[in-house]
Amino acid sequence: MSNNKVSRRQFLSYTLTGVGGFMAAGMLMPMVRFAVDPVLQKSAGGDFVLTDKKVADITEVPERVDFTFEQVDAWYKSDVTNTAWVYKEGDEIIALSPVCKHLGCTVNWEGDPAHKNQFFCPCHAGRYEKTGKNVPKTPPLGPLDQYEVRVNDGLLEIGKAIPNTLV
Amino acid sequence: MLNKIYDWVDERLDITPIWRDIADHEVPEHVNPAHHFSAFVYCFGGLTFFVTVIQILSGMFLTMYYVPDIENAWESVYYLQNEVAFGEIVRGMHHWGASLVIVMMFLHTLRVFFTGSYKKPRELNWMVGVLIFAVMLGLGFTGYLLPWDMKALFATKVGIEIAASVPLLGGAIKTLLAGDEHIIGAQTLTRFFAIHVFFLPAALFALLAAHFIMIRRQGISGPL
Ligand code: HEM
Ligand code: FES
Repeated sequence: MSNNKVSRRQFLSYTLTGVGGFMAAGMLMPMVRFAVDPVLQKSAGGDFVLTDKKVADITEVPERVDFTFEQVDAWYKSDVTNTAWVYKEGDEIIALSPVCKHLGCTVNWEGDPAHKNQFFCPCHAGRYEKTGKNVPKTPPLGPLDQYEVRVNDGLLEIGKAIPNTLV
Repeated sequence: MLNKIYDWVDERLDITPIWRDIADHEVPEHVNPAHHFSAFVYCFGGLTFFVTVIQILSGMFLTMYYVPDIENAWESVYYLQNEVAFGEIVRGMHHWGASLVIVMMFLHTLRVFFTGSYKKPRELNWMVGVLIFAVMLGLGFTGYLLPWDMKALFATKVGIEIAASVPLLGGAIKTLLAGDEHIIGAQTLTRFFAIHVFFLPAALFALLAAHFIMIRRQGISGPL
């Protein structure tokens, strides 16, 4: 008995801590998993949305195209309208996201008369080339996102936003 | 590691007496089920508290998804139960715990009654206990409306009509509870939510604190 490494008191406190910890974990684990669920849910979406823009009408000058889709926000469904800047580069149709890569304001084509042929963000004077490439020494640190595009019966369809493939 | 952190803090702040004063006291033989198995009846107070802790925790987590609005309440409960991971478990804890806490509290009250523990000098703690009982029933009543389904709506209609049958003041009590003279609707739900999640829990914490402080001062009542 005398060479026992673990005393009765230690044994008791280990088992009680163990069992107590197990019970507490059993209680808390579902609640924590419940709370972090939004982080772990994979985002759906990526469906193409039909716009009313005729592909034949798209020019080399970026033009604003609005498109509306049904957004499912947990228990709340609503119609959300997003915007794309659309132009042709040769035969290819380019659609750029208007969301500024600095802090998320909305950019406009030639929004600043002093800078022709560029996208302009009014919030902190961020600028981008026509390809979406950010102009150095202005606040944005990356190029504008690009939308996947598709043609459906002569009309433009817009898909999900992807990293810019032009720059 | 943990020991070292503890020692480091204790060396500077002398925290040992603080928790010893709260946690370190003898369990008398007559309340220890290891000595007399029948002493398990003394566990019901602690079990009531344990279920209350589960109610508070699960309730806090439910409010991450729940909205107290007549258009969305039912949808949000449906969503959190069926679309969110472990939603069924977390809602289940709160749903079943609400009944279990009443059962435990009732058994605890019976124990206090049959051991005569409410007698002098513990009359005040019996009174605080009665108030806790009322707050718990209030939490159950206000919480029951929140899922905003048919059962919730009609249970609340009945409950409010019972309150309205109080002589003279009945009408005013009804309007105060429902937030409207005639409608059980938008304002009833927001009120019940506020009462369920802020007012009654605050009252409950104050009463529980009083309950436990009195127990520490007076100790557990002696053997029969
Ligand atoms: C001991 C205290 C409590 C009791 C007895 C209690 C009781 C109830 C009951 C009976 C329901 C209806 C549940 C159902 O039908 O599924 C409910 C719902 C709810 N309670 Fe509590 N509650 C307590 C504490 C709390 C606390 C502290 C919070 C928040 C901080 C909370 C938040 C909620 C919410 C958000 C709902 C609606 C969600 C649902 O119905 O599943 N509760 N409560
Ligand atoms: S958000 Fe566009 S420049 Fe700052």
